[in-house]
Amino acid sequence: MSRIGVFICHCGENISATVDCEKVAKTLASMPGVAHSVDYKYMCSDPGQSLIRSAIKEKKLTGVVVAACSPRMHEPTFRKACAEARLNPFLCEMANLREHCSWVHAKGDATTDKAIDLVSMLVEKVKRNKPLFPIKVPVTKTALVIGGGIAGIQAALDIANAGQKVVLVEREPSIGGHMSQLSETFPTLDCSQCILTPRMVEVAQNPNITLYTYAEVESLSGFIGNFTARIRKKAKSVDEKLCTGCGECATACPIKKIPSEFNTGLGMRGAIYVPFPQAVPNKPVIDRSRCTYFKSGKCKFCASKCPAQAIRFDQQDEIIEIPIGSVVVTTGFNIKETSFFPEYGYGKYKDVVTGLQFERLLSASGPTLGEVKRPSDGTVPKKIVFVACTGSRDPAKGIEYCSKICCMYTAKHAMLYKHKVHDGDAYVFYMDIRAAGKGYDEFFRRAIEEDHVNYIRGRISRIYERNGKLIVRGADTLLGAQQVEIEADMVVLATAAVANDGAESLAQKLHVSYDAHHFFAEAHPKLRPVETNTAGIFLAGACQSPKDIPETVSQASAAASKVIGLFSNAELTREPIIAVVNRTAPPLFSTCVGCFMCQSACPYHAIEQEEIKTREGKLIKMVAKVNPGLCQGCGTCVAFCRSKSIDLQGYSNEQVYAEVMELLS
Amino acid sequence: MKIGLYPGCSLEGSSREYAESLRAIAPHLGLELEEIEGWNCCGASSAHQLDHTLSLALPARILAQAEKQKFPELLVPCAACYNRLASTKKDLANDASTRDKVTDLINMPYTGVTSVQNILEVLNLVLTPDVQKKIPAAFPHKVVCYYGCLLVRPASVVHAEKMEDPMQMDDLMKRIGATPLDWGMKTECCGASLSITRTDIVGKLCGNILEDATMRGAEAIIVACPMCHSNLDMRRKEIERVTGKKFSIPIVYITQAIGMALGLDAKSLGLHRHFVEVSVHGKNKVQQNVSSPSMAAVS
Repeated sequence: MSRIGVFICHCGENISATVDCEKVAKTLASMPGVAHSVDYKYMCSDPGQSLIRSAIKEKKLTGVVVAACSPRMHEPTFRKACAEARLNPFLCEMANLREHCSWVHAKGDATTDKAIDLVSMLVEKVKRNKPLFPIKVPVTKTALVIGGGIAGIQAALDIANAGQKVVLVEREPSIGGHMSQLSETFPTLDCSQCILTPRMVEVAQNPNITLYTYAEVESLSGFIGNFTARIRKKAKSVDEKLCTGCGECATACPIKKIPSEFNTGLGMRGAIYVPFPQAVPNKPVIDRSRCTYFKSGKCKFCASKCPAQAIRFDQQDEIIEIPIGSVVVTTGFNIKETSFFPEYGYGKYKDVVTGLQFERLLSASGPTLGEVKRPSDGTVPKKIVFVACTGSRDPAKGIEYCSKICCMYTAKHAMLYKHKVHDGDAYVFYMDIRAAGKGYDEFFRRAIEEDHVNYIRGRISRIYERNGKLIVRGADTLLGAQQVEIEADMVVLATAAVANDGAESLAQKLHVSYDAHHFFAEAHPKLRPVETNTAGIFLAGACQSPKDIPETVSQASAAASKVIGLFSNAELTREPIIAVVNRTAPPLFSTCVGCFMCQSACPYHAIEQEEIKTREGKLIKMVAKVNPGLCQGCGTCVAFCRSKSIDLQGYSNEQVYAEVMELLS
Repeated sequence: MKIGLYPGCSLEGSSREYAESLRAIAPHLGLELEEIEGWNCCGASSAHQLDHTLSLALPARILAQAEKQKFPELLVPCAACYNRLASTKKDLANDASTRDKVTDLINMPYTGVTSVQNILEVLNLVLTPDVQKKIPAAFPHKVVCYYGCLLVRPASVVHAEKMEDPMQMDDLMKRIGATPLDWGMKTECCGASLSITRTDIVGKLCGNILEDATMRGAEAIIVACPMCHSNLDMRRKEIERVTGKKFSIPIVYITQAIGMALGLDAKSLGLHRHFVEVSVHGKNKVQQNVSSPSMAAVS
């Protein structure tokens, strides 16, 4: 005979305001099999848990139902309390009286009756619960880092330096990401490449890091500690082992006019190319969509000039499968296209550029070798206008969120411009200045006070060309919305930061959630900022939301520490909520008839075929067997099984039917 | 294409030439215009400043008339009328209580089935490649297209694709062989209804528009709004007084430009009604000769 303990929680007033908790406890006390039934104000409090522990011991309870909030909140708390009182934790269940009853119904008898029903159902279930024991699974101590920008580089290095293996996958030919494109970095104005390239080299040299550039994640299967990643290594058309990175091939390539992605279209590259001089790896790839040989079958100039004979036109994409224990997503961001602001003339006027393009114009490795020159005619602009919030904080036309980095990089741009063109005038149109960060406000004040950048609070209505000048019309809202018209030589748009291309499809491949703007979603905005809702997959950097370098690096280190923490366990424990094929005494062995419908139904490939043999090794029958490491407890096989030989532990047919019958009785 | 027509007051008065040119080109574009019966004032620029319900009731009555006369589509050439009718349609669609109040007031049923079309939307449909083939490069002029405000704003009512950089008129101009120029004033304010009360402001604002258009070498400013036309065409003296400059650039309704491309005569397009002489013309010069008796035979 079962001896179930029922514990009704008031949750302060959350439940007791609409449910008569005392009545629920009294009614349940008279239910067959219930040995103990009480109500209490806060069951999750220490005295509340003591009530449970002492009742288990004194009343010799065989099962516990706690009627309180969602099991997502406090199931671990109450199961632990039961375990402390030597009751198997899986004999404890929660009835959700708060989210499923008190919060959604008005006070009244019907609400209390529903609460009684909910608890009674769980009592009937717990009567049939069996003690279960957590499953131990091994951990593959290799981390997959997706994206080789500063976030991925930092995360990979931190994990590798803790002695664990890392596979770093980057879809471009080189690691470095957006940071490698930047000129100097706020608020200290140190050269971006000078601080980044040592890290890039470190990645290439670290024996714990396997680097796959020009590669993308095809799919990810499995679960925390035991993922399998399929990675597509796109054909580089170059044998990397033979290639010495001499650059003869790029010089030989007759096509020179392909807009360089690295130089944001302001410079050109060939069809075989290394994106930038400090690229890691410093080995070229052939852009097959642009290469004359791949388009017309003739050329091969690069191959004829290659001293190492490393060009491989017949190379194929290669798919590799790697066992992975944990994943860090660091796929970064992109800048919003400018077509939604036609009145700013981007694309129509060559001297209207984006902030990222201006970075390239300021950079020593850029198309102008660091001199600020107009893309249209190569002259030095004497008057330049920076437009902050181009698309950010603009629910009408752009995006509603703040892109966070633009205030600071615009101040930096204006400052660097003034450092390079002493007699030039710089204007910044802004909405608000958001310079919260160590040394940030001081930095932007310096732009105004020391470098005499003109800050105008107001927005731009239109930019158009007149007599070779860009006419920038806007308003100065600090001077009573007075109209301002500036005849500029060049305009820089601080375009909004948006999720990177392909973020949505990657999120779907990894089964992690993402927000309305396709940024990856963290598990909790405050308390779990680098975790996703999928165990074992972590986030860092601008793939989660726009952020600057210091913040990205801190997040990358945080994600790395989560991975290292995970890898510090020899094995992981999992809840034993898995499917089990029954086993009985010989001569039946199992009611399973070996049809293996379940095997074809299982989405996780968790069902195997087992041979039952005599001692002499003679086959008696074939039955299904569930691999507990792979089973995710979805229950599909249970529904498919014709002979009712499979049950989901903790949710057996018997338990679920008992719940339903109790509700109907 | 058969469509209901709501002319509004301007097209009967100060902008007669807009109505004349529209009626003149319609048959050549396969457009059958049928003026709705019993129409009233749309409220234009004054009603919505005085009484919100009235500003909805006046256009609602026009729309109810169109519904009653079973017009699925209503062409509203005047940009101000169009804006009022489109705004009313949106407001009544979203708010049942206002709709009830307004239908009580006009004492007519209103369901909102009639779609409200502006001149650019309709011309875009009827100025087909077939029509274009008949009049290749027939209006060989550099023009600037002036949209003003009411055809493109507010975005929630008008659904203009690019509110700040509209291109529909530029596209129509290309179809008749004109060269629309890039300029900075296409949606700037002309002063609108200040035309009567504050001509000094109109002078300044219109001066900016004329100056930019002239500086870029435009031969005409193309418009689709009676108020824009009045301010830019009629207020030249005031513009000259304020800016101290003389401008000779003519202001041409889009329907007139298309009419000239079709080779229609100047009188039927109402070109003689302008304050500023219309110095541009179609490739076929017949329409220049206002007194010619054979003028209507062209095209």
